[in-house]
Amino acid sequence: MSFTNEQLERYSRHIILKEIGAKGQKKLLNAKVLIIGAGGLGAPTAMYLAAAGVGTIGIADADEVDLSNLQRQIIHATKDLGKPKVQSAKETMNDLNPDVQVNTYHTFMTSENIREIIRDYDFVIDGTDNFPAKFLINDACVMEKKPFSHAGIIRFKGQLMTYVPGEGPCYRCVFKDPPPKDAVPTCKQAGVVGAMGGVIGSLQAMEAIKYIVGKGQLLTGYLLTYDALTMEFRKIKLPHNTENCPVCGTHPTITQLIDYEQAECDGAL
Amino acid sequence: MKIIVAGEAKEVKDGLTIAQLLIDEQVETPEYVTVTVNDDFIDSSKFEITNLQENDTVEFLYYMGGGRYVVY
Repeated sequence: MSFTNEQLERYSRHIILKEIGAKGQKKLLNAKVLIIGAGGLGAPTAMYLAAAGVGTIGIADADEVDLSNLQRQIIHATKDLGKPKVQSAKETMNDLNPDVQVNTYHTFMTSENIREIIRDYDFVIDGTDNFPAKFLINDACVMEKKPFSHAGIIRFKGQLMTYVPGEGPCYRCVFKDPPPKDAVPTCKQAGVVGAMGGVIGSLQAMEAIKYIVGKGQLLTGYLLTYDALTMEFRKIKLPHNTENCPVCGTHPTITQLIDYEQAECDGAL
Repeated sequence: MKIIVAGEAKEVKDGLTIAQLLIDEQVETPEYVTVTVNDDFIDSSKFEITNLQENDTVEFLYYMGGGRYVVY
């Protein structure tokens, strides 16, 4: 595959980098990334990956665009209110870069569909906002041997880690189970600063790009935490004794995907 | 004795348990925090009986979902 003149110009700032170059840009154009969640994290991730020329981007989300989303979900605009988020996201990505093939999945990820969907992709982005989905994505990626980037944001804080099969702990090694539904006394809307999605989602895009071009060090074996109020980033080393993990360990006890129940909370945001 | 908690050196009493450290550090939801000491995950059932040693490095890892809900 050779570049068109337009592509040479569009990706010139990548091609000029010795770590990416023409070879890396071709890898990006041939890569397939699935983004689960077209919200605060998924929005910036999707836009940077589309702009970077990731050739195939899958985007999964069951929701429609709501006014309260627009404070942080910058892939959607006021004109998109009521539209499926995946549709709005696809339009923005294709406006940014017509090179990108966008596949939309207007559905919730469940134990029934996730493995089949992620099978087609090289890298998965967890941009979801709830624990049942995060554990489902982790377990499915472990079972399908797919690398993925976990991230979470809340208020002024964020975290992310990267799982690569065989290279360090998975999300379940670190957080054994979702917080139990019945054990949760109350839930409150937490709030999040919109720019947190931009910070952490952009870091997820960076992990995907490094994985695809095969350069640099990924956040495998580390949890990166960010506190916007104190402006502190911490790269916390995670234990590497993962052999007892119920899903990625040497003798897994979780061999089927689990659909956990989301804790009941007052009032959807 | 000296230990390192979340990257900061602290002076604590000898033999402090993880359960007590969680209280001293005012960790909001100790039942949902993952604790690592040096290079090991510590099971939450062991918090009461795990005594920290001089120069141990302790990290608290918190569940973090999205902005929509928080668990208290």
